[in-house]
Amino acid sequence: MARRAQPLGLATGIAAAGLVLCVAFGTLGAVALRAEGMARLGPADWAALRFTLFQALLSAGLSVALAVPLARALARRQFPGRAALVTLLGAPFILPVIVAVLGLLAVFGRNGLVSTVLGWAGLPPVHIYGLHGVVLAHLFFNLPLATRLLLQGWLAIPAEHFRLGASLGFSARDTAQLLERPMLRAAMPGAFLVIFLICTTSFAVALTLGGGPRATTVELAIYQAFRFDFDLGKAALLAMLQFAIGGVAAALALRFTVPAAAGAGMGHPQRIWGAGSGALRAQDAAVILLATLFLITPLATVLLRGAPNLLTLPVPILIATLRSLAVALCSAALTLSLALPLSALINALPRRQSRLVEALAYLSIAASPLVVGTGLFILLFPVTDPVALALPVTALVNAVMALPFALRAIAPAHARAEADFGRLADSLSLTGFARLRLLILPRLRRPLGFAAGLSAALSMGDLGVVALFADQSHATLPLQLYRLMAGYRMDQAAAAGLLLLICSLALFWVFDRGGRLDADA
Amino acid sequence: MLTLEGLRIEQGGFRLSADLQVAPGALVAVIGPSGAGKSTLLATIAGFLVPASGRVLWNGADITEAEPGQRSLSIIFQDNNLLPHLTAAQNIGLGLRPSLRLSDAESARVSDSLARVGLAGLGERKPAAMSGGQQSRVALARALLRARPCMLLDEPFAALGPAQKTEMLELVKQLATDTGAAVLMVTHDPQDALRLGGQTILVADGVAHPPQDTGGLIANPPEALRAYLD
Repeated sequence: MARRAQPLGLATGIAAAGLVLCVAFGTLGAVALRAEGMARLGPADWAALRFTLFQALLSAGLSVALAVPLARALARRQFPGRAALVTLLGAPFILPVIVAVLGLLAVFGRNGLVSTVLGWAGLPPVHIYGLHGVVLAHLFFNLPLATRLLLQGWLAIPAEHFRLGASLGFSARDTAQLLERPMLRAAMPGAFLVIFLICTTSFAVALTLGGGPRATTVELAIYQAFRFDFDLGKAALLAMLQFAIGGVAAALALRFTVPAAAGAGMGHPQRIWGAGSGALRAQDAAVILLATLFLITPLATVLLRGAPNLLTLPVPILIATLRSLAVALCSAALTLSLALPLSALINALPRRQSRLVEALAYLSIAASPLVVGTGLFILLFPVTDPVALALPVTALVNAVMALPFALRAIAPAHARAEADFGRLADSLSLTGFARLRLLILPRLRRPLGFAAGLSAALSMGDLGVVALFADQSHATLPLQLYRLMAGYRMDQAAAAGLLLLICSLALFWVFDRGGRLDADA
Repeated sequence: MLTLEGLRIEQGGFRLSADLQVAPGALVAVIGPSGAGKSTLLATIAGFLVPASGRVLWNGADITEAEPGQRSLSIIFQDNNLLPHLTAAQNIGLGLRPSLRLSDAESARVSDSLARVGLAGLGERKPAAMSGGQQSRVALARALLRARPCMLLDEPFAALGPAQKTEMLELVKQLATDTGAAVLMVTHDPQDALRLGGQTILVADGVAHPPQDTGGLIANPPEALRAYLD
């Protein structure tokens, strides 16, 4: 392909790739140098490893298994609110983890709705802390993801196949065996591995619902070695362990094609014959109803409990909110300034090398923010006060973590813009910033808006690296919310949670909307 | 005998009406501008769409509400006729038993039908390892095996080259003659209609007209067809 070489563009791309490499893997080097011998791993640490793997296996297995009937119901039924429900299934992605945990506590906690109802029946309350709670929270986040992945699989089965089945007189069983099972066999391993990976690096869930000797994840152990014992050597050693888990899971996940969950084409259900019986209809209705309740009730409780206190939130919470907004905006800007040059680099390089750059960016999904945070702390500690840099570090780490998703949105559109108009731009000698300003940016408005919104929302709700670094004077809103919850000030926590929820959704909405506004088709 | 009696199909703003009969064993092309509703007409006859009003009759029996599998017909689509994870022989076997638990006699019939469409010995191939023409032949072999008295073809050869298309049309004619089945074939190419050599249903301006002799129709086209042909 004849494309005008753009040394300036390539240099920025390489610099961006270098920065991502430094953040994701350079910090790992720092960790490795600092880590002490494997002998320092005690029984508690091995227990943490076992728990991490076990809860992730359980969470991923349950998410994918429960997603099958839900995705099937959504694939074959049309009902009012279906589009809204499918959209809702995408929402947990930008939902702050801590807000969801707050909602789950209000529903499944000791004084929650479920325990209250059980109490009326004379039954003991449910225990949410520990394995139950961690898996429940992971289900809350990943059942929707798994459902969207499988729903895509269902909708990708050619409509002709279902028509063919109908004209050949397939029973519901034949349809399941001949049409649906092959799709599930192809789609389920990828979905399982992605969710497994996510569940091994979900620090905020473990921090809020785990803990104790029987429910500590490796990430939580890093945090404890760091915050409570200030044992950097131990923390670094655990960070190596965590990286090994993430690396193996990511390498496995890369071998399977994982469809993008944010894909289009979820508009209409499939017409599937042979599923019209009353029993199947009732089953689908029940599945959809239960799933909707499971997803909506926790958020509704946060809304109902938080709203009355929203206007009387104390000043420190409001200051933390401003801090979080600033971090989120910086993170969004950083994500875009990394993603654009990277996507240019991916499009300019020959296919093999470009795949490598892409893979590097995606591997940062596997890098745990806690590991990156530990590495950055080790690097910064001798030179300066890491606590003073808590917020910039948080923005940087958040930006790198959002990068894979941003690239996935931007790079294909970038390639399309160059393919469609690259020759025209070349013939007009449109290069450098002029090309960026007049061709690339206008063509990429939508994916850029989406990526910025995603990055800002993720950063707004992030409770990861900031928990390692920040003290009271640098606390973000999620951290303040965590402290309110730890202090059992639940009404204020609900209000702060509602505020955080509003901020995250609003950030996403404003950017995403901004990208669509008067964008030419 | 296939009868469409006062049929009205409505989809959003789209409307199509049909009042016509197709004789047993007739070879009928369905032509008309794109978007006129040729495929919609076939989908209604096959039972994938429920008409707003009117009836579909087969030999006098009302099949308007019948399940697609209960109708005396086979259908071949433009693509996705074969399940990609099954072999050619399995794809054909679906026409006998969707469970694919075939007796020896049934397996022999599958091999026989493969041979009749010129694919003897290729039963173990998967669709991805076959050319477009070969895939069409597998779909035809399945229709042949089912031996329903009516065959619906929804632009099945649109993706084939001219020579292959002619070959497939000859094969369709031969199979239809052998089994005595009526054929309704959607196409946007008047040459296909001529090659099929029977009658033609013109679908235009919201109406599916009764079948007429193809040669006469093309030689002396009415207004709606002339606009399409020119």
